[in-house]
Amino acid sequence: MLALLKKAYLNNSLVSGATLLSVLAAVIIVAPFLYPGDPQSMVAPALIRPGEDARYILGTDGLGHDLTAELMHGAGISVMIGIGSVTVGVFVGTIIGAIGGYFGGLVDDLLTRLTELFQTVPTFLLVMALVCVFEPSLVVIIAAIAATSWVSVARITRAQFRTLRQRDYVLAARTLGYSDARIIVVEILPNAIAPIVANISLMIASAILLESALSFIGLGDPNVVSWGSMIAEGRDYMRSDWYLIAIPGAAIAATVFAFNLVGDGLNHVLNARASS
Amino acid sequence: MPHVLSSSPVCPLPLLSFENVEVVYGQARERRKALDRVSFAIEAGETLALVGESGSGKSTLAKAAIGLVPISSGTIRLDGVDLAQRHRSVRALRSRMQMVFQDSGSALNPLQTIQRILETPLKIRGVPRPERLARIAEALEQVNLPTSILTRYPHALSGGQKQRVGIARVLLLKPEILVLDEPVSSLDISMQAQVLNLLADLQDRHRFAYLFISHDMRSVNFLSDRVAVLYLGRIVELADRAALQANPLHPYTRLLFESIPGQGRRHIELPSTEASGTETANTGCRFHKRCPLVTSLCREIEPNLHVTGHDHFVACHHAQTEQVASARVSRRAVNDLRAI
Repeated sequence: MLALLKKAYLNNSLVSGATLLSVLAAVIIVAPFLYPGDPQSMVAPALIRPGEDARYILGTDGLGHDLTAELMHGAGISVMIGIGSVTVGVFVGTIIGAIGGYFGGLVDDLLTRLTELFQTVPTFLLVMALVCVFEPSLVVIIAAIAATSWVSVARITRAQFRTLRQRDYVLAARTLGYSDARIIVVEILPNAIAPIVANISLMIASAILLESALSFIGLGDPNVVSWGSMIAEGRDYMRSDWYLIAIPGAAIAATVFAFNLVGDGLNHVLNARASS
Repeated sequence: MPHVLSSSPVCPLPLLSFENVEVVYGQARERRKALDRVSFAIEAGETLALVGESGSGKSTLAKAAIGLVPISSGTIRLDGVDLAQRHRSVRALRSRMQMVFQDSGSALNPLQTIQRILETPLKIRGVPRPERLARIAEALEQVNLPTSILTRYPHALSGGQKQRVGIARVLLLKPEILVLDEPVSSLDISMQAQVLNLLADLQDRHRFAYLFISHDMRSVNFLSDRVAVLYLGRIVELADRAALQANPLHPYTRLLFESIPGQGRRHIELPSTEASGTETANTGCRFHKRCPLVTSLCREIEPNLHVTGHDHFVACHHAQTEQVASARVSRRAVNDLRAI
């Protein structure tokens, strides 16, 4: 465990990704204290440029919303959607992948077909369709993104289980009379978890991107500010006030980059351990 | 060491019996018989060694016995009960047969402490914690391991220690028969002797029956009462160990004995010593393409396992020429049965 921490510490991408993410976490935590109340209230004259007014560091948008407040509140929403949808996706994907990979045969065939079915539909179209059918609320958006993100988890988990179920300690568990549920959860899953964990941060990154894209085309939750909806609102002023889309855009890019760094780093650290 | 003689390969009420067991891998054109009409029996306290080269079906036989590989036909009985039944009582019965794995390291979950590895089998059987700990301590003592290893993880143990943890784990369940799938082949020579001695001691103490799978004739000589020689999924010879050593009848058995290093011969001058797919005979004796004694009879008719001496079974036309006629008759009888 200590060796693992040391390896994690020595991994540059993991350390820099984690640093960026802790900045993000700090922003999310202080947002309600620094900017209490609804960030969508009109507090100032419209279109103050960044740096023009010390009270509105990042300026205001066309409706007089404080960009700093919106950006900080939006961080929480983006990350909540990312983590929420990935939690659901990992849960569903792990169960489906584990059952298919462990039992094999007809069960596996059916679950693999189901996975492939979801895989064939373009991700964004599926999310869009789901959000259009139901109303665009946070819960629906999280569910819709989860409905696409479980697929990769299911495939990774299935592959892991197919290899690990042949291991001697799993065969030993069967001869010792362990139940299938115990073998799946206690014997195999802890040994299968590394690539799933490494995949999680990449999934969060793409969930945040998906949500931004949804908000950008106007399918986001209208009651909350997210980075995607900020870009959507700034679109009309793109030529005169470029900072309206550049600032939330940079926030999205930095966050996705940070999650990717962490995912990449975890992948290196955990896989090196698995092979050693 | 207990020494049990039996009058036929299938005794009236042995502890474990195989009756014409077949295991088929693959489907349609890819079908391959890993075990072909295998019959034998083991009594309490007895060690039956199973020898043969890789690909002969030794491990398949072990896995079939323990229930890890489904059998295609035939019957495996434990204490007279057909293990193919899917009944609650059969699951309990299966507990009486346990397996020690070949690779001591990979048979222990790398993420669990030895304590947890040993405790779980008792936990799922509802044994209360104080009794669990007492039984673990007793089992560890029997395999000569200190209780201090309980807090360690498998990777912190030596190969011999890991194999003894594997043995302790099955001892906890108080089995009557142990399937030993090459239990020492992954260990150093010095460790091999230790573990073999331990297995012999345990057998004396608990009257375990062993199904001992090995390709190492020296450990077979040390541990076994009877020996079955497996070639391409069939038992070609089955005899008392001493009888087999003194008088191996099947040419393949002779080849096996002559391939033991350090038996006074520097070079073994025999045809290829390993079976491959192309050498698998479609008709006749499955050994005929490698056999020095081959005749046209061998190419056409597969010899059945027949008794030649006291408790000595062999499947060869030339083991005793007067047996050839009976082999031919029984072959015809088998064909007659198929026609019906």
